[in-house]
Amino acid sequence: MTGTVDPTIINLVVFVLAIFVGYHVIWNVTPALHTPLMSVTNAVSSVIIVGAILAAGPTEVNFGSGMGLLAVALAAVNVAGGFLVTQRMLAMFKKKQSSARQKATEQK
Amino acid sequence: MSANLTTLLYLVASVCFILALKGLSHPETARRGNLFGIAGMAVAVLTTLALVFRGHLELILIAIAVGGAIGAVVARRVEMTQMPELVAAMHSLVGLAAVLIAVAAVDNPGAFGIVDPLPAGNKLELFIGTFVGAITFSGSIIAFGKLAGLGKSFRLFSSASITFPGQHLLNLLLALVMLGFGVAFFLATDKAWTAFIVMTAIAFVLGVLIIIPIGGADMPVVISMLNSYSGWAAAGIGFSLDNKLLIIAGSLVGSSGAILSYIMCKAMNRSFISVILGGFGAVEGAAAGVEQKAVRSGSADDASFLMASAESVVIVPGYGLAVARAQHAVKEMVDLLAAKGVNARFAVHPVAGRMPGHMNVLLAEAEVPYDQVLEMEDINSDFSNTDVVLILGANDVVNPLAYEKGSPIYGMPILDVHKARTAIVVKRSMAAGYAGLDNPLFYMDKTMMVFGDAKKVVEDIVKSLH
Repeated sequence: MTGTVDPTIINLVVFVLAIFVGYHVIWNVTPALHTPLMSVTNAVSSVIIVGAILAAGPTEVNFGSGMGLLAVALAAVNVAGGFLVTQRMLAMFKKKQSSARQKATEQK
Repeated sequence: MSANLTTLLYLVASVCFILALKGLSHPETARRGNLFGIAGMAVAVLTTLALVFRGHLELILIAIAVGGAIGAVVARRVEMTQMPELVAAMHSLVGLAAVLIAVAAVDNPGAFGIVDPLPAGNKLELFIGTFVGAITFSGSIIAFGKLAGLGKSFRLFSSASITFPGQHLLNLLLALVMLGFGVAFFLATDKAWTAFIVMTAIAFVLGVLIIIPIGGADMPVVISMLNSYSGWAAAGIGFSLDNKLLIIAGSLVGSSGAILSYIMCKAMNRSFISVILGGFGAVEGAAAGVEQKAVRSGSADDASFLMASAESVVIVPGYGLAVARAQHAVKEMVDLLAAKGVNARFAVHPVAGRMPGHMNVLLAEAEVPYDQVLEMEDINSDFSNTDVVLILGANDVVNPLAYEKGSPIYGMPILDVHKARTAIVVKRSMAAGYAGLDNPLFYMDKTMMVFGDAKKVVEDIVKSLH
């Protein structure tokens, strides 16, 4: 084997390994939090904003960078909306206040 | 900034995203997980902004500020019952952003450090990212319309399944034509705008056609599926831009959505293929011919007497409860029962809401502690020791026919409420559920039917518990 590895192959390696990580991490998510899971994955997938910023980056303003700017704005809606609504939902998940009875059941 | 440093910072962001998802394994760690997610996103955005420092930074910052402000306002105002709509709308934005980035990449590959015109390999990856993004966009718009109940104003948003002869054949043909233009785009030596535009347009149409035949009852699967697509779209764009952060984040989201779709299908006893092909919810009135069997009916007072004298009570909430906004009344009822020394808990079926985990959020909003809300697997073995089960607007998920061979819902996982000593079913009428099946639970000797609106009945129970 000689020569350098095609970047696409390296990307494929990353891709497959990331799917495995995702598979194992997601099965550990408690079903009670599946809705926050969806909103947070929404925010995470809007990391596509990285591509949008690069597209909007060039010094000359043209069609491509205009599309990039629009994509930045759309993805930013998701970044802010996704993380904030997740935070709002997670803040609602509270434990029982009166812990006396809970202790009693735990001791059983 | 050197390419090495950028890649390392993207690695940091990727690890943060994994930790964000890992945190969701327990409500106690979930908030910290979300902070990891925010940190990862901040690292990713700041790193990328540093790369385009000489470009139009001010325009980009304005775009971020405008988008971020809209997102923040929506996140603050949205009702918890509207979460499915919000999530569908956000999926569509990811899809559209993917398409726009692809357009920018065809127009000016130099912005991403790619030679102009795009090499064939990048085009192939871009093709995949674009059509998945386009399908995610238009499909999510339809899903949003169906969930928001906009069927009256626009027929394609109808929550009923829309089918027509030759539908699947048409979809297949369109997909093949789209692939054809994709190949033309791939083989062309110039920018090949025409092929790119036609291919994207067909993908938009396909997204609509794929979602319209899916009925309202299957929406939890659809949202999970579109969640998955939005991830794959991000990963596809990551491949074409040679950006590992996008690939990692996209794959995490893609597998998350795929797993959720699988869980939802399993909970509804439906195969993924049959959900995709649609037509569900158009079941002929199967329950119509059922002869009138005798049921025992009672009042809210009877129900409150039964529960107050019980040792353990399990409440099974259905989506009707959320529609009636009765969660808070239920919470009050549970507190009153607890004050009388009754061990009152909730049992949630995976498809109780309109998206995975929806009912848990609605109960959490009503300040029901999460350790009082049990999942199907955890509560099912407890029903035989439960005195009273109160079923509020749930039907198919407590139908014991699921244990009978030959029944249409045979094999569907249900809450075993028929094993409890007494079952109280609160229901508007004897109408059948989504599956169009009669429910033998209603005719059992241990069952008492309380007819009426869930919220009204619960409020009456609260009154008589006082």
